[in-house]
Amino acid sequence: MTSKKTRRFDEVRAGEALPELAIPITVPLIAGGAIATRDYFPGHHDAEAARKLGSPHIFMNILTTSGLVQRFVEGWAGPGARFGSLKIKLGAPNYPGDTMTFTGEVSGCDADKRSVEVTLKGKNSMGNHVTGTVSVVLP
Amino acid sequence: MLETKLAEQDWMTEVRAMVGREYGRVYAWDEVNAPMIRQWCEIMGVENPLYTDAAFAATTEYGAIVAPPAMLQAWCLEGLHPNNYPPGSTTENPYEVLRLMEGQGYQSVVAVNSDLTFERYVKVGEKLYYTTRLDAVGEQKTTALGTGYFVTLIMSFFSEKPGGNEKVGELLFRVFKFRPANAQPGADAPKTEAAPAAPKIKRPKPGVSDDTRFFWEGAAAGKLLIQRCKCCGTLRHPPGPVCTKCHSFEWDTVESAGKGSIYSFVVMHYPEVPPFDYPNPVGLIELDEGVRLIAGLVGVKRNEIAIGQRVQVEFQSFDDGELTLPLFRPVAP
Repeated sequence: MTSKKTRRFDEVRAGEALPELAIPITVPLIAGGAIATRDYFPGHHDAEAARKLGSPHIFMNILTTSGLVQRFVEGWAGPGARFGSLKIKLGAPNYPGDTMTFTGEVSGCDADKRSVEVTLKGKNSMGNHVTGTVSVVLP
Repeated sequence: MLETKLAEQDWMTEVRAMVGREYGRVYAWDEVNAPMIRQWCEIMGVENPLYTDAAFAATTEYGAIVAPPAMLQAWCLEGLHPNNYPPGSTTENPYEVLRLMEGQGYQSVVAVNSDLTFERYVKVGEKLYYTTRLDAVGEQKTTALGTGYFVTLIMSFFSEKPGGNEKVGELLFRVFKFRPANAQPGADAPKTEAAPAAPKIKRPKPGVSDDTRFFWEGAAAGKLLIQRCKCCGTLRHPPGPVCTKCHSFEWDTVESAGKGSIYSFVVMHYPEVPPFDYPNPVGLIELDEGVRLIAGLVGVKRNEIAIGQRVQVEFQSFDDGELTLPLFRPVAP
């Protein structure tokens, strides 16, 4: 992956769409994501505990959602992009068996800072799991 | 009733007095380290070599591996045992306002916003901590989930340095602390291992009456049917029992050719309600037969919809054939 190119600020235009990214939501992703972010809340790894909370299954934690948002934007921007902010609003939960599809577009360009703002959403079968904006500085 | 209200005001006064309060340091158990970074990247599917490949990282402005920015908060979580923070951490509970609300019956919580901002990336070996400020407690709100309060906390993350600690980022975290609208006791939760992964949200169904049944049955059969007065031949839509022109109750239907033009339209942006796609364009279509009907628009870009645009009906089936809707697609004039 070291050869992967970083997008240059001058190549990016407002309105440009990011390539869609469909992420299968699985038990290993939810439970593994929770543990990798040091979040041991039972609803993220214990199905029985999640059901007692009124959920049909374990559900994704926020820190995993943030990680996947980083992956979506970084996958498009490239390894040289530097994140300035990652702001998300949570919606419908991510349960195993679903698929979350990220879509996004460039919603602003700041030439002085060489900073690009991406507005995105990650949608599953119940609606938007996450909506948000990410700003990255490009070379 | 009056007593209850006064009591609520008392505890809310206590809550309001807490706004602006700063809470001391909560340290990270581990310094920023490569194994935790690599495992985070593995599960997230993040493939930037900046985080895992020392040789590549050496060629960047950092000169060494840094942590993925979205990982910032993870460094300082307590881990398996709740409230078990590393030595040196504050003994105050930065979330005490939430405990206070729980005591008043607002036992449920849902995260609403997580806004991370980064001053800089952090390198392997850095020791992080954060401090917390209770930024805001909103007015009481009732949402679909229940009644409660939006609570905003701001956590500032620092790197401990001999020459002075350095701020590396910030997290604005907003939760809704609420009394559930439909409290579900745990015992009632489904127990089967094969529980459906997620409840599928279906399209809302139209209310069907004796006056409108023909329209929906026609749609299911791929026909756009319009009501016609048997006495004077006047077409009418939406359907009704009486001819608005001659007041006759006698009616039959005629199949529309499904061609028309956009008489007016709206584009729904917010709120986004599942299972619809947004932006969601909805047209008032004037059929060539003369009546108008409201229907979804397909195959249009929101900026290109124009009044007068020629359209043609098509039928789309939803939810495994439970519902068929006439939709309109632009065609050449």
